[in-house]
Amino acid sequence: MTALTRGSVRPNQWLRNLNAKIASIPMILTAVVIFLGGTIWTVVYSFTNSKLLPRLSFVGLDQYERLWAAPRWIISIQNLAVYGFFSLVFSLVIGFVLAALMDQKIRFENTFRTIMLYPFALSFIVTGLVWQWLLNPQFGIQSIVRSLGWTSFSFDPLYDADIVIYGILIAALWQGTGLVMCLMLAGLRGIDEDIWKAARVDGIPMWKTYVLIIIPMMRGVFITTLVIIASGIVKVYDLVVAQTSGGPGIASEVPAKYVYDYMFQAQNLGQGFAASTMMLITVAIIIVPWAYLEFGGGRKRG
Amino acid sequence: MKLRSLAGALAATVALPFGLAQATDLEVTHWWTSGGEAAAVAELAKAFDATGNKWVDGAIAGSGGTARPIMISRITGGDPMGATQFNHGRQAEELVQAGLMRDLTDVATRENWKEIVKPSSLLDSCTIEGKIYCAPVNIHSWQWLWLSNAAFKQAGVPVPKNWDEFVAAGPALEKAGIIPLAVGGQPWQAAGAFDVLMVAIAGKDVFEQVFAKKDEEVAAGPEIAKVFKAADDARRLSKGTNVQDWNQATNLVITGKAGGQIMGDWAQGEFQVAGQKAGVDYTCLPGLGVNEVISTGGDAFYFPLLEDEEKSKAQEVLASTLLNPKTQVAFNLKKGSLPVRSDVDLATANDCMKKGLEILAKGNVIQGTDQLLSADSQKQKEDLFSEFFANASMTPEDAQKRFAEIIAAAD
Repeated sequence: MTALTRGSVRPNQWLRNLNAKIASIPMILTAVVIFLGGTIWTVVYSFTNSKLLPRLSFVGLDQYERLWAAPRWIISIQNLAVYGFFSLVFSLVIGFVLAALMDQKIRFENTFRTIMLYPFALSFIVTGLVWQWLLNPQFGIQSIVRSLGWTSFSFDPLYDADIVIYGILIAALWQGTGLVMCLMLAGLRGIDEDIWKAARVDGIPMWKTYVLIIIPMMRGVFITTLVIIASGIVKVYDLVVAQTSGGPGIASEVPAKYVYDYMFQAQNLGQGFAASTMMLITVAIIIVPWAYLEFGGGRKRG
Repeated sequence: MKLRSLAGALAATVALPFGLAQATDLEVTHWWTSGGEAAAVAELAKAFDATGNKWVDGAIAGSGGTARPIMISRITGGDPMGATQFNHGRQAEELVQAGLMRDLTDVATRENWKEIVKPSSLLDSCTIEGKIYCAPVNIHSWQWLWLSNAAFKQAGVPVPKNWDEFVAAGPALEKAGIIPLAVGGQPWQAAGAFDVLMVAIAGKDVFEQVFAKKDEEVAAGPEIAKVFKAADDARRLSKGTNVQDWNQATNLVITGKAGGQIMGDWAQGEFQVAGQKAGVDYTCLPGLGVNEVISTGGDAFYFPLLEDEEKSKAQEVLASTLLNPKTQVAFNLKKGSLPVRSDVDLATANDCMKKGLEILAKGNVIQGTDQLLSADSQKQKEDLFSEFFANASMTPEDAQKRFAEIIAAAD
């Protein structure tokens, strides 16, 4: 716009870096057509009564009313909230503590880092199966402890409807904290050595340096990590399928599984679309205000 | 050219031993992957290969709930297989309406399916707007209670003859460290067990009023309340099963770790593979020994519309092979299901299958819930009953209220 108001003083903004702009057209098209187009299509069809095949016969908010009346959906949302909250808190805390320990110039740091990061190389399905076996009362932790002599020991979270979601959380943390640790470690390494020296000269205790100086300086890293963890939380599906397939009963159902089951098993696309639209709204409610604060409202912060 | 079409026409009507010069590959998808099922499907493959074509096996593990979405997305996504299994009824209804499936009326009239397929409701479920779209291959009934004779012997109680005796024997089994009733964790198993209890306890008329007429008042009424009471017993007896797949649950019965299982007659294939004999090692009670009625749902093959002419011809050959009397006998004996035609000889059938055939001949049949309810209502029912069976704090009254809501909303 500035080009227009200032006449021909400067070359047209739109034509600057023309090659780069042409080169990015395919990606822009992909983003607009596939992501945005697909999203809009899904939202529109969530107001229809599409069954096995998409059909444009609108039924207003019926699908949403049914969705929020379904006990399974309510349980899914509750599970997601519990899983999301603890997953966020624990992976950030454990990841940061591990990274801080790793940053003490210890010996064999590379080895430890590999061990910690190793679970991340496994897919959720494999992680889920491994933990399904570990938590199975007949072969897993419970049977090992019992065979050691403590015969009344009982640990079977996957078969107890009240705590099953924590069984899934354990597997998710085991898989995910390694990555968080590496991101945090990279952040810690980016802190200038002089800051540590200055803090030491001033006699500030180490924990205080971390909490009051280092963590605020690592803001960027924390935000990246937060986005990665949060997106992983909302789309959790395969871990649940591999560990419990939603059981016992419907106690460990999650929204993504509801979407899949209703779209494909129940042959009710409309219901599945309504559920996935609700997931989109959940994400938007979290992401949009944050993105606005972070990238919008001026560039005051460096 | 002429010779080739002649050979094609011949192959379509007669099962030639040497067959076509060039064998046509036909991919057939199904979800028959347990031991007994795999043995049965091998019979179909053998019969089809004998016509000079080639059966390309597309087995999808993980039971119908996993397999059907894959099948449907392949058909709607433009990558159809040669033929595919569905439970006939309403699962493929919309695919047919969208014109994606092939009309088999020609083959059916030529081979007189209307006369040979018994009961006729099987073919009715394949018929949409007067045209026939699938080839039924077997009759599966849900209404069976399978009992392990060894388990009852160990517990020191006689093998029960009906559901009430079974419930009464529960404590004795538990005392002996045996799970009285095995119910796998897959949601359809809990929902199916409830349907069976309904026919057995409330009877055929109530079953039809609820599932065929979708009468919500009956669903909320006292007859169904009794069924929920029985389901409450079943829930108590099934505590501690801790397995997912139906065949793992059947295996608990085979090995005597569980007293019994409410499961369809496909469980019989597992007993057979394990080398057990009906009447000696295990006992079967159709209709839970209370109400000897069986449902006549089952499996059928659907044929997607293909452009390739060779393959279309091979589809016709497959359709007629499936209903061939020899194939019917060989397949159903292995599968533990009943044949779709009454004119075949099943002299080698075991005790349980004979019981089933008798009930069938008497006409004590109902339609299966897959035929009566849409996949959507079935899924809601599965959600309800998998929650009910896993959650001991859910009262039968609450569950019945939700059940009546599902029936009221069903189309």
